[in-house]
Amino acid sequence: MRFERRARVPWSLAVAAPFAAIAAALALSAVLILAAGVNPLLAYVEMLRGALGSRLAVTEMLTRAVPLVLTGLAVAVAFRARLWNIGGEGQFYLGALAVAWVGHDLISGLPPAAGIAVLTFVGMMAGALLLSGPAYLRLRFGVDEVVTTLLMNFVVILFVGLMIEGPLRDPLAFGWPQSVPVDGAYHLPDLIPNTRLHIGLLIALAAAGIVWLIVARTVFGTEARAAGFNARAAEFAGVSLPRTIIGVALLSGGLAGLAGGIEVMGVTRGVTTTMSPGFGYAGIVVAMLAALHPAGVVAAAVFVATIFVGADAMSRATGVPSFIADVIVALALLTMLVALLFSSYRIRR
Amino acid sequence: MIESLDLLFSASLWAAVLRIATPLIFGVLGALLCERAGVLNLGIEGIMTMGAMIGWLSVFLGADLWTGLLVAAAAGALIGLLHALLTVPLGLSQHVSGLGITLFAAALAYYLYRLIVTVGESPPTIEPFRPLDIPILSDVPFLGPVLFAQTAPTYLALISVAIIAYVLARTPLGLAIRMTGENPHTVESQGLDPTLIRIGCVMAGSALMALGGAFLTTAAFNSFFPEMVQGRGWICIALVVFSSWRPGKALLGALLFAFLDAYQLRLQAVVEGVPYQLFLMAPYLLSIVALILVARRARVPEALMTPYRRGER
Repeated sequence: MRFERRARVPWSLAVAAPFAAIAAALALSAVLILAAGVNPLLAYVEMLRGALGSRLAVTEMLTRAVPLVLTGLAVAVAFRARLWNIGGEGQFYLGALAVAWVGHDLISGLPPAAGIAVLTFVGMMAGALLLSGPAYLRLRFGVDEVVTTLLMNFVVILFVGLMIEGPLRDPLAFGWPQSVPVDGAYHLPDLIPNTRLHIGLLIALAAAGIVWLIVARTVFGTEARAAGFNARAAEFAGVSLPRTIIGVALLSGGLAGLAGGIEVMGVTRGVTTTMSPGFGYAGIVVAMLAALHPAGVVAAAVFVATIFVGADAMSRATGVPSFIADVIVALALLTMLVALLFSSYRIRR
Repeated sequence: MIESLDLLFSASLWAAVLRIATPLIFGVLGALLCERAGVLNLGIEGIMTMGAMIGWLSVFLGADLWTGLLVAAAAGALIGLLHALLTVPLGLSQHVSGLGITLFAAALAYYLYRLIVTVGESPPTIEPFRPLDIPILSDVPFLGPVLFAQTAPTYLALISVAIIAYVLARTPLGLAIRMTGENPHTVESQGLDPTLIRIGCVMAGSALMALGGAFLTTAAFNSFFPEMVQGRGWICIALVVFSSWRPGKALLGALLFAFLDAYQLRLQAVVEGVPYQLFLMAPYLLSIVALILVARRARVPEALMTPYRRGER
């Protein structure tokens, strides 16, 4: 018996892989829930109820999924080209900060739709610029972008802290360190009245569609994929590596920055240093569960949001620490890696 | 201005440098050992978090401090084994697996901590390692408090540098490890198993990383709290590049970084009107600058991040 690489992964296996990975992650996490003295099945039922059990729960879950779709897309775009953008968290925060800064009073008086469009662009630009630095350093000096993007996360969070305690401090926040809020005219309208779900969901879905078109239907998308697959061969075939990598960086950073901008316009109004429960890092899990496919990213973001929102409710009901959500999500990433490997091989006797 | 220069001559600054460097020395040695064998271990941040938690927890539950360190190292090796299995025999992406390990190990550490420890107003504490105060030597002016009044794990870290440097440079085992990172096929032709060597190095390296984390909770502080590793693992990954994969230079890099960190902490108190966040940013930004300076000259292990499959070229 030996393993043999499949020439093509069948469609059914590609779809089954994430489900197998999630099942394995839930089974492994069940041991930890048992250790807390709680029946894992009961805990999982509580989780589902907490995230999907009522109309309000579903809207909360979808609200949480919006930034995850965008950070997941950011990672998917970058990883496809083997640009290791681990800086989604920093790009998220810089996008958020830029939108709060510009949206507070710099563009007062614009019609709401125009203002929101401008701010969307501002958020994207902030994230794109932030990632173009590490991309340039890799191209020019050969500096590994994994380390630079990771380190920039810490720099950006400190920068956000500096700004919201200084020039962008909200004087009306009673000493609570928070940035000035975005002008009320540019808050994203609710998608469903009396819930927190805002039209950012539509923007995220549109982004997924556009990214799909870019990666699947444009020359740039093909070149980026080729650059990731074999940079030397791609260059030989006439792909400009610097142009492709910078392009990918702008797109990826832009998506993560957009996530931050939309979160500010749609949910938090102002920026705090705790506004992201790790959206940037969770984006890596989302992208991998989706096997870097833009449509899969939407589904994976809904799964991760379900776990996070559900775990909070489950924790309140059963006393299992809500960190179980992070464990499940991290395990799903590892099991997905294994599932992807197995789905690309077959057994020959 | 004079005050900020005066700081440089205070023994307490230099004592702090060695203390701040200790977790970095452990971490950078661990990362270096993995990479010399050809495996990038981005699990470091999570492994340090787990080491910090489990080392502290063991002592909190009644073990003595050295047992705490031992438990931390064992937990580190176990998580390292997971990363090694995923990346060496299975040959999965070392980047993604490492990040997954970091997310998993940190989440597991927080989960277990919450499960076992009841946290009230402030996190519970343990009795940490005390400075050794080596007789006579610690009374020498300046050098005494700097070199001879550290906690025991700091000396362990320094000894580890010497051991790893010696083993890598002077022993057959070290040669085999280095060859595994450069060209695993030659190792195979010598009748050794590159897969086993890689797994062993990742486990040992991860144990060192966990010791670095455990130092934080059993010597530098006396309690565990979330986010306490604060990117030290990522700094170590940068320091390995900065050191050109050499243990001696890695020690130097860790000390240099620790000096910057200790100095900025003290400058904060002296220099007024500058937001403290700018000082805190400096070490991260300077790490990036250091990477830019050395990146072109760095001699990366040839087979780093290349999975090894028997009989495949």
